Amino acid sequence: MAINKPNEVYWEEKVGFSEKAWVLLSIVACIVMFMVMVAWAIAGKQNPPNEAYRVSIPSFAERAEAFIEKYKVDEENGIPVVEAPEDEDSYLIARMFYFSPVLILKQNQTYRIRVSSLDVQHGLSIQPVNMNFQVVPGYEYVLTIKPTEKGEFLIVCNEYCGLAHHVMKGKIIVK
Amino acid sequence: MAEVLVEARTCPVTGLRVVKHAENLIKVNAVFAVLALLFGTIGAILIALTRWEAIHLLPTDLFYRMLTFHGMNMLVFWIVFFEGAGLVFASTIVLNARQVAPKLGYLAVILMILGFLLTNFIILTGDVNETAVMFTAYVPLKAHPLFYLGYILFAVGALIMCILFFLNVYNAKREGTYEGPVPLFTYGIAAAAVIAVFTLVHGALALGSAFLWSLGIIEVVDASLYRLLFWGFGHPAQQINLAAMVSVWYLLSYFTVGGVTPSEKVSRTAFLLYVLFINAGSAHHLLVDPGFGAPWKIFNTSYVIYMAVLASLIHCFAIPASAEIGQRKRGFNKGLFTWLIKAPWSNPAFSAFFISLVIFGFIGGASGVIMGVEQINMKLHNTLGVPGHFHGTVAAGTSLAFMGLAYYVVPLIFRREWLSKFWARIQPFLFGGGLFLMAVSMNTLGRLGIPRRVWETSALVVPYKELLQATLGIGAVVAFLGALVFILHTVLTIIFGKRVEGKPKFPEVVQVSNPDEKTSTPGTIVLAIIFFLYLAIMYTINWYWLSRVWEVR
Repeated sequence: MAINKPNEVYWEEKVGFSEKAWVLLSIVACIVMFMVMVAWAIAGKQNPPNEAYRVSIPSFAERAEAFIEKYKVDEENGIPVVEAPEDEDSYLIARMFYFSPVLILKQNQTYRIRVSSLDVQHGLSIQPVNMNFQVVPGYEYVLTIKPTEKGEFLIVCNEYCGLAHHVMKGKIIVK
Repeated sequence: MAEVLVEARTCPVTGLRVVKHAENLIKVNAVFAVLALLFGTIGAILIALTRWEAIHLLPTDLFYRMLTFHGMNMLVFWIVFFEGAGLVFASTIVLNARQVAPKLGYLAVILMILGFLLTNFIILTGDVNETAVMFTAYVPLKAHPLFYLGYILFAVGALIMCILFFLNVYNAKREGTYEGPVPLFTYGIAAAAVIAVFTLVHGALALGSAFLWSLGIIEVVDASLYRLLFWGFGHPAQQINLAAMVSVWYLLSYFTVGGVTPSEKVSRTAFLLYVLFINAGSAHHLLVDPGFGAPWKIFNTSYVIYMAVLASLIHCFAIPASAEIGQRKRGFNKGLFTWLIKAPWSNPAFSAFFISLVIFGFIGGASGVIMGVEQINMKLHNTLGVPGHFHGTVAAGTSLAFMGLAYYVVPLIFRREWLSKFWARIQPFLFGGGLFLMAVSMNTLGRLGIPRRVWETSALVVPYKELLQATLGIGAVVAFLGALVFILHTVLTIIFGKRVEGKPKFPEVVQVSNPDEKTSTPGTIVLAIIFFLYLAIMYTINWYWLSRVWEVR
């Protein structure tokens, strides 16, 4: 009937029982899925962070460099290694084509990490735990994060950022 | 009303009046759709064989160039050209009406062709730093101005096509060529056209500002605002496809087995839900972005309490039910599934229709609902799971459904007999089967953390990575063959095929004598329940996976 005129009073035709039941089941599923999302936002432990600020790129770069200078403990392949303080915000810079610094975190300790880009958009992808966030220049994203396992974690960029996009890496060490 | 004299013929199969100008527009759109599909297909195989890192075919810059080329041709040009043809068909031939302002119609299609040529030219020949910017072209990654200009010209052409659609429908009513409620197909395409209008306006805002910025006329485009506007275009653009594809499914179930929807009222309500709520889905791309709060994200990503998902669930029942009703009326009435087993699987339009329906639901639809959960998105954003999802929806779903329709367009509009029944019959299985394997591999790799849009992933140690990359690559090769068979067969048929005299011999159009009669649909009830359980299990598993990651807020 898809190309023919429907019954003029199609709006008054009765809907079959099974289709009615299916629509009802679907509506219930929709409401449940919505409520689950709301409930997890209130009580769940993994939620996309809500805290973000508009920043100018130079201001972010300046604060991040000062942070690195203050807490730097080592250097690895030219990238500073920083022991993240427990009572102060940490910084993570994304730029073509690396993340800086390498952050040393403690297991089960909560950190506030301020992330932004100094050039184009990047993707902050922590592997293999597989958590992904968008990094947008001009916006500072505050990730309040608690690593629950020990180890060395790779950061890869997962937003295309230029021809060397695939070499863009970083590291988080959880002790 | 005075009859406006227009050149036309009567279709010997459907009895519809085919107006010359409308037919020409459909043909031009169809030809360029197939050309874009060819471009996209070449890009597809090259990038898939690079992502299969055991082969790793392309060097870096060519890979990113081809990725942009593939995305633009498939997601924008192939689909929108085909939809242009659908807009004309639904608003003229189906309504027994003429094409209003035929010159404006030709202008629209010329703009689309110019945009198509310009963008492809610059992607293939431009400085790779300015042209390998992907389909999304996120600022401040700056593309060549001609890239944006081509994009914009195409969008303006498409917008004019939409406006002409509404004028055609209005005119059909005014001139009295069509009275009463419009057919379901036209209703669905109208929904697609409404979605297209606000989609294209977003596109114009995002790409227009990026174009001015690339010329140096405006100094800065806010990266986050661009993302919001771009996805106001990029996501609903795929929802135009969704509405068009669902309309094509209804049409194909009617052509192939005489199917009728169990309830016009319910099916049409579902289309209305798409129009009202689907653009909220733009938020799917912004769920782990800075600058948008949880209430905004949750409200929008759920399409306002999943109202658009509800629409899809309605179609998920109504469409197989429609085929089941048609088959039962044709006498395949025994048991639960005789209608499906004895369906015309040797009619490529039917197999394309049903395979696209199943893959869309189980791979595309299910993964989309899961990925669109605000929290679960943290595990999937920008991973291979994203292209895994939309190769289930746009490629195996929309593209295959459109290919199914093309099996009728060639004999009925181009008036050529298909050269080979054999190749027509196996094509949907090749294309659908290959994409199924590929999309499942991509969805799995994505869940293991492998990113999308990346040339190599050697630093990532992931279980079964090599195996899954191989199945991805093999699936891509099979799908590539399926697409190539479709393209070559279509082109060769249009050039060398025998002219159709009277009714075409293949594929069959089922004649329905009692269109208003409906039967019960026990088989569809079982299929729908299986799908529901599958969705519930997948949804739950993904929440479990999320609960294992670090705490974050």
